[in-house]
Amino acid sequence: MIEIENVHKSFGALEVLKGINLTVDKGEVVSVIGGSGSGKSTLLTCINGLEPINSGRILVDGIEVHAKTTDLNKLRRKIGIVFQQFNAFPHLTVLENVTLAPRKVKGLSRQEAEEIAVKHLTHVGLAEKLNVYPGRLSGGQQQRMAIARALAMSPDYMLFDEVTSALDPQLVGEVLDTLKMLADEGMTMICVTHEMSFARDVSNRVAFFHKGVMAEIGPPEQIFGNAQHEETRKFLSSVR
Amino acid sequence: MFEYTFQWRQAFRALPQMLDGALVTMQIAVLSMVIGVTIAVLLAVARNAHSPWLRWPATAWVEVARNTPALFQIYMAHFGLGSFGIYLSPYVALLAGITFNNAGYLCETFRGALRAIPATQVRAGRSLGMGQVMAFRLIVLPQMFRIAFLPTTNQMVWAILMTSLGVTVGMSTDLTGVTQDLNARTFRTFELFALAGALYYCIAKAVMFAARLAAWRLFRY
Ligand SMILES: Nc1ncnc2c1ncn2[C@@H]1O[C@H](COP(=O)(O)OP(=O)(O)OP(=O)(O)O)[C@@H](O)[C@H]1O
Ligand SMILES: [Mg+2]
Repeated sequence: MIEIENVHKSFGALEVLKGINLTVDKGEVVSVIGGSGSGKSTLLTCINGLEPINSGRILVDGIEVHAKTTDLNKLRRKIGIVFQQFNAFPHLTVLENVTLAPRKVKGLSRQEAEEIAVKHLTHVGLAEKLNVYPGRLSGGQQQRMAIARALAMSPDYMLFDEVTSALDPQLVGEVLDTLKMLADEGMTMICVTHEMSFARDVSNRVAFFHKGVMAEIGPPEQIFGNAQHEETRKFLSSVR
Repeated sequence: MFEYTFQWRQAFRALPQMLDGALVTMQIAVLSMVIGVTIAVLLAVARNAHSPWLRWPATAWVEVARNTPALFQIYMAHFGLGSFGIYLSPYVALLAGITFNNAGYLCETFRGALRAIPATQVRAGRSLGMGQVMAFRLIVLPQMFRIAFLPTTNQMVWAILMTSLGVTVGMSTDLTGVTQDLNARTFRTFELFALAGALYYCIAKAVMFAARLAAWRLFRY
């Protein structure tokens, strides 16, 4: 379970998160939508401790992310994150990209790590590309590799930050299908997305962010059919 | 007006000794590069650090290494430190001087390379549970070495040529030192130094060739 309690976060004088409260249960898929600069990406990087917060707290399975005593490197093993930029490691092959962290962070043997990596790469449809360098992959393939790389650490939670927005339109589908597959398998996910149909079809709840505040959250039917908040309606009509 | 008669045979007879000298030259150059690269990585990290206690000494090192003659740096290691009662043999002084110079130049090369690697690479590594040092070692360093590879090979050639300065602190076993000794005994100055020059040239070319080959083998991406 991820519990976000009254989290405030500023960059210098700019307050980016203004008291966010959100609880995500095991197996739940929450989509986060909202305008540019509303703090969606910042929230994800706070959840896995890449960014410090100013007040409030975030608990992952009861462990306080920003407590001084928390071993973030250990905590991050259970929280996978995939970014908008694919962040493939260009000097490693696809297989090495995926086995690197399981071997070096978790201490798995090369063979164990490769077994897991092949499983996940096959899962995302990259079984043919094991020994290729990322530079030779399409954007969609690189992004699917990044997903497999995160999954290979066997995380309990996955955070996705607009994983399709850097892709050519014809490649968006294959990555969204991968996310859908994960959701169907019961992965707990928070997906920041601009893909409204994905948010509507796949998520259990949709959260709308506006200027650092979570203006509205509810099941997709509510957000897309009967939004309570004026800003939500404005935003949705602007993206349609 | 031109009464010098070439006696190449005598020079060629000295070839085995000179090849031994060339080995010493290579040894110093390689050592100075291995140690120099290691120090340069540390200097590059220190120069990008927040703490002025790390930044300032690193900057001073780079400034001195790049803006004073290499000859002075080697002199300082031998005679300069000697004034404080620290005696470095010609071999060690030469190695220290060139290493100091290498580290200074390579630091800037590496810093430039580091700037070309997006911060998101480290973020991706950290997100997978890697500590800062591990992410640097596994993700940043290999990419940095690739970007910096050619300038680093140039520095290697430069290091080989710099070893010839050792003769000024009494180095007698490297290629220049051996040649100088032979010259003092036989006075076949032109032939000996021409031969030594040819050897330096061949070594430099061989190193560049080996580097190309290594780059081709190593950097498949
Ligand atoms: N490292 C940073 N330093 C300073 N300001 C930052 C930093 N990261 C984000 N910001 C600012 O924080 C605000 C929120 O950024 P964030 O990336 O969370 O928005 P977002 O909702 O993800 O937007 P988008 O849809 O464009 O990705 C923006 O105004 C942004 O400029
Ligand atoms: Mg964002």
